[in-house]
Amino acid sequence: MIIHAIFFWLFATVCVGSAVMVIASRNPVHSVLFLILAFINAAGLFVLIGAEFLAWILVIVYVGAVAVLFLFVVMMLDVDFAQLRQGFLNYLPVGVIIGGILLAELLTVLFGWAISPEIGKVITAPIPPSSEISNTQALGLVLYTRYIYFFQAAGVILLVAMIGAIVLTLHHKPNVKRQNISEQIARTKSSAIEIVQVKSGQGLSS
Amino acid sequence: MIGLGHYLSVGAVLFTLGIFGIFLNRKNVIIILMSIELILLSVNINLVAFSVFMGDIVGQVYALIVLTVAAAEAAIGLAILVAFYRNRGSIAVEDINLMKG
Repeated sequence: MIIHAIFFWLFATVCVGSAVMVIASRNPVHSVLFLILAFINAAGLFVLIGAEFLAWILVIVYVGAVAVLFLFVVMMLDVDFAQLRQGFLNYLPVGVIIGGILLAELLTVLFGWAISPEIGKVITAPIPPSSEISNTQALGLVLYTRYIYFFQAAGVILLVAMIGAIVLTLHHKPNVKRQNISEQIARTKSSAIEIVQVKSGQGLSS
Repeated sequence: MIGLGHYLSVGAVLFTLGIFGIFLNRKNVIIILMSIELILLSVNINLVAFSVFMGDIVGQVYALIVLTVAAAEAAIGLAILVAFYRNRGSIAVEDINLMKG
């Protein structure tokens, strides 16, 4: 139990600290790297709490895909980030006020709640004991049966996002010659070659 | 003893940091997108914590859906950013005024 507590405080501290660095660091590349650190520590928290599947999905999807996408875009765009940082301190007071109010509200809720004793009646799909069945299998047993439409809707969302991203970023350069396959296949002998009778001793005049 | 309240506190602090980041980096769209990712991460921590401490696995299913939407949002947001940069040569938020909104 003490090890659980030690690792909780370790992951929580590093996660919050790297989240601070995400919004405070001068270089956006450092921001992305701290975002990766924050996600890895959140995955550690998930492992600690017993949601292993989501932890690995977080590492694979966020660290492996989203963060690399961010890094790619940050490095590809030739932007003067120092100029974008001007006025950083002007926005500090209003940010502190709104953030402080929000945090106060959240903490008020946090120390005022109580779980109803009748919560056992409304549980939809209880988590089976981890000694019998792993978290991944338990999640799959629910996700592929009761929530199959949600699962498919998630797939459709990813498909739409993929098509949208391709449509937004794909552009054809006007000066590049490309192969037109249908035009090539549609060529016939009559459209492709012309037979010219040339008299001997004379060239072609054109 | 680490309980539900500890995980919810981490979620609350991360959420606040995300909101704070949006206000602090108003000019830089990339940092704003990263702040949105932080907010969605804090929501996921809350969902998973409630799911485990109440013994209901549906919260983890929902966290999976939130993760999917967050990934799609990041991809679309960055694609819009790249398209915008290609047209205007800048990603400053105050330059995004084509529609006079």
